[in-house]
Amino acid sequence: MLSSLSPHLPIIQVVLPLIAAPICVIFRRTGVAWLIALVVSWLSFGISIVLLEQVISNGPISYLLGSWPTPWGIEYRVDILSAFVMLIVTSIGAIVMIFAPNSVHMEIPPDRTYLFYTMYLLTFTGLLGITITGDAFNLFVFLEISSLSSYVLISLGAERNALTAALRYLILGTVGATFYIIGVGLMYQMTGTLNITDLAERLPEVASTKTILVAIGFITVGIGLKLGLFPLHVWLPNAYAYAPSVVTVFLAATATKVAVYMMLRVYFSIFGTKMFSALPIDELLLILGLIAILSMSAVAIYQSNAKRLLAYSSVAQVGYMVIGISMVTTTGLTATILHLFNHAMIKCALFLVLAAVFYRIKSVKIEDMAGLGKAMPYTMAAFIVAGFSLLGVPLTVGFISKWYLILGALEKGWWPVAGLIVVSSLLAVIYFWKIIEIAYFKPRPEGAAEISEVPLNMLLPIWVMVGSNVYFGMNTDLTVSAAMSAAKSLIGGAP
Amino acid sequence: MPENTIIWSIAIPLLGSIGILLTGKIANLRETITLITAVTTFLVVGSLTPTVLDGARPSITLFEFLPGLKITFTVEPLGMLFGLIGSGLWIVNSIYSIGYMRGNNENNQTRFYFFFAIAIASVLGIAFAGNMLTLFISYEILTLCTFPLVTHSGKPEAVKSGRTYLGILLGTSVGLQLLAIVWTWHATGTLDFRAGGILDGKVSGAAVSILLFLYMYGIGKAALMPVHRWLPAAMVAPTPVSALLHAVAVVKAGVFTVVKVIVYIFGFEFLSESLTTNWLVYVAGFTILAASIVALRQDNLKRRLAYSTISQLSYVIMATAILAPLSVMGAVIHIAAHAVGKITLFFAAGSIYTATHKTEVSQLNGIGRKMPWTMGAFAIASLSMIGVPPTAGFLSKWYMLMGALSVEHYFAIGVMIISTLLNTGYFIPIIFNAFFKESDHKDGHDDNHGEAPLPIVIALTATATGTVLLFFFAGIPLELANQVIGK
Repeated sequence: MLSSLSPHLPIIQVVLPLIAAPICVIFRRTGVAWLIALVVSWLSFGISIVLLEQVISNGPISYLLGSWPTPWGIEYRVDILSAFVMLIVTSIGAIVMIFAPNSVHMEIPPDRTYLFYTMYLLTFTGLLGITITGDAFNLFVFLEISSLSSYVLISLGAERNALTAALRYLILGTVGATFYIIGVGLMYQMTGTLNITDLAERLPEVASTKTILVAIGFITVGIGLKLGLFPLHVWLPNAYAYAPSVVTVFLAATATKVAVYMMLRVYFSIFGTKMFSALPIDELLLILGLIAILSMSAVAIYQSNAKRLLAYSSVAQVGYMVIGISMVTTTGLTATILHLFNHAMIKCALFLVLAAVFYRIKSVKIEDMAGLGKAMPYTMAAFIVAGFSLLGVPLTVGFISKWYLILGALEKGWWPVAGLIVVSSLLAVIYFWKIIEIAYFKPRPEGAAEISEVPLNMLLPIWVMVGSNVYFGMNTDLTVSAAMSAAKSLIGGAP
Repeated sequence: MPENTIIWSIAIPLLGSIGILLTGKIANLRETITLITAVTTFLVVGSLTPTVLDGARPSITLFEFLPGLKITFTVEPLGMLFGLIGSGLWIVNSIYSIGYMRGNNENNQTRFYFFFAIAIASVLGIAFAGNMLTLFISYEILTLCTFPLVTHSGKPEAVKSGRTYLGILLGTSVGLQLLAIVWTWHATGTLDFRAGGILDGKVSGAAVSILLFLYMYGIGKAALMPVHRWLPAAMVAPTPVSALLHAVAVVKAGVFTVVKVIVYIFGFEFLSESLTTNWLVYVAGFTILAASIVALRQDNLKRRLAYSTISQLSYVIMATAILAPLSVMGAVIHIAAHAVGKITLFFAAGSIYTATHKTEVSQLNGIGRKMPWTMGAFAIASLSMIGVPPTAGFLSKWYMLMGALSVEHYFAIGVMIISTLLNTGYFIPIIFNAFFKESDHKDGHDDNHGEAPLPIVIALTATATGTVLLFFFAGIPLELANQVIGK
């Protein structure tokens, strides 16, 4: 039976969570909903591994929905890049679901927890759909599925501010999606197709028309909004800060990564590298990326809420990825794709720690974290190691990303860029160390309640993530080779 | 198998650190483990020496880190010498630590011994690194694992100093050194340490100078001015840390890396052809003199010693930058000579603190009569700093001077002469006042004290003796230094 399922894995990957979501609503029971979400996440994780293996050994998989031939039907297409991003999304989902129950039950009212799992599954569906589809319009559909459900997820936050944060994200996210679909519409007008591979073949004829240039502009802004690309990031810090802890973990580790995936897909699989000679998008990305890594790291230093601090750090990290894209070289794209994976590991671990901290002290204000080094030694030790990874200390994944990014800059002869990259990583030392000093050198305030470590089902996922930060920082076979071959196929043209 | 021995020499202190954690509740057992680990480490490291002296260069690759970049350990003469110093002095320092930490009732002793063992493992990682990447990784780990030692007391001034420490060391290594390493990799496609260097023919012109600048200031642990401020800041640590780590292991890791980079990355011939090291001679010379002058004005004993260290480190840098074979040999021996001397001085400072809680030079009048062993050792080590025979310091200074003379580098010769006078100026008065002046009884300190606890006295006597022995039995260091310059 399994072998007969195997050719249908691409569609199962999307349909499974999509069907599971309404089932959660039918049961309306927290425990059941959690169990469904957990099982689905792990199944998807397994499917991702199988798909990645298949792609590595047999090349890209093309799956035709309802067996309609392209370009009329919708094609699902799995290449190394999409399989790799899918692996990121599902592994994070699997880990987060183990961690979730305690945290969710504390932060979300019991009558709404099943909604959380439902919305999580829908977001999950959307993100997986984006990475797997080979159709530009279908991509929009999944983008909307993931966005709408993530607005709901954010609004589940306990503070009232969560509602305004969600609303702001909703407005800007909708603008972004609309811009994207306008761009797709313009492309359709010029080529009469929506299939990505087909688009890539037909676009060169009309590439220099004003319509296509405008389409590129619309799509760039649209994706930029989802990406949190400076200066379109304004929705992000509040959304991350006020969302329930688990939601922040999941979105921070996956949503922006998938947006970067979209950008890579559209730029390199649809338009191709020639696009950059028609429009100076690469220069624009470089400048915005540089501003992002410097200004957002500087802003992060002055945050008093640890979640907001890490949110600004995320905007800065997106800057690194965009800088990699702006190089338009194999090394640059390798750095970007590697950092997708690496940054997901880093931020997942860090936000998980904050979720654990919130679970114990009901706050993630930095000043309230005083004395946690002693009170929650295992949790905070995890924070240190994951933080080292964020700073790019050798033997962690962060170092690998930094290495490739600097190497890419030097290959281009961009000396100042290489310099600014290291400067910004030093800014990260400052904002990270701020938390460490308070957690380790300040005692717990007098009269504060006794607190203990978090339970094992929270500690374990944290340390699994921290472990992968170190493991993939030393054994780079999988990540570097996958990222490199994905980068090569992107630079080489359509996959 | 010498290859496996390399791995063991790094693994043993790491295993020891786990043992220390596990036995943290039983202090005596914990200290026994520290001592056993230190002795075993030294024996294992020492067992490599005959192989290296015979001209073999055992090497082992752990894994491939990135395509073409491997984690490799290779033992060559310079690393051998550094490894011997680090692991050998760790034994003495552990004995000393026991006396000091207990004598001063320090908290969190388990954490202290734990990070100490990890620091030693990273020092050996630096010593035996087979390429620049492996060295860089160990270098960064050393910075991070010494941070908890520097901030051991947890007091506000310790936290503040910790910031300076971490800020400067990480800032230079990430901001400059990493850039230099990636550049080297980009230009040459290798990061291996090779006799004759790897950069020849790959970079030229101004790039050589920029690269040298990035490396020299990127190696913040060598404390070249103006990136020296972390060293006085680190003096806030308990004295055993200042003694072994901030007079020997960490700072020597810095100048060791400097010598490695100049000898095995750039290569002598390449550098002397491209004439880019002169500025380095001047900067190092300036650091020697400026740090000595600052040292003269410090009343806090440990800070005075710290500035003296900064000055002595630049001896190694200057002697290497002259690029004369003899002076480089002097630089190599100076790594060993300064190590035994300076650790003795810090041992003495900690001994005084433990017995009397005095920290300032001006409080030390007449103390030599109460603490003859401590101040005797202090005197011998001071003579070594100045370079008076029969101490190890004379040996290294002699070679450095000979080297400078052989290429007629009069600036370097002048610096060495003036600096010797300055050294005399800040050490001799301490010794004189300690032995020949009466105690003033005015500073409110209790004068009814004797020597420090026995472990402390044993340790500082041992290293002071070592300072003299190294003069008479310099065979192994000389032979290793000879091999570094390729004779």
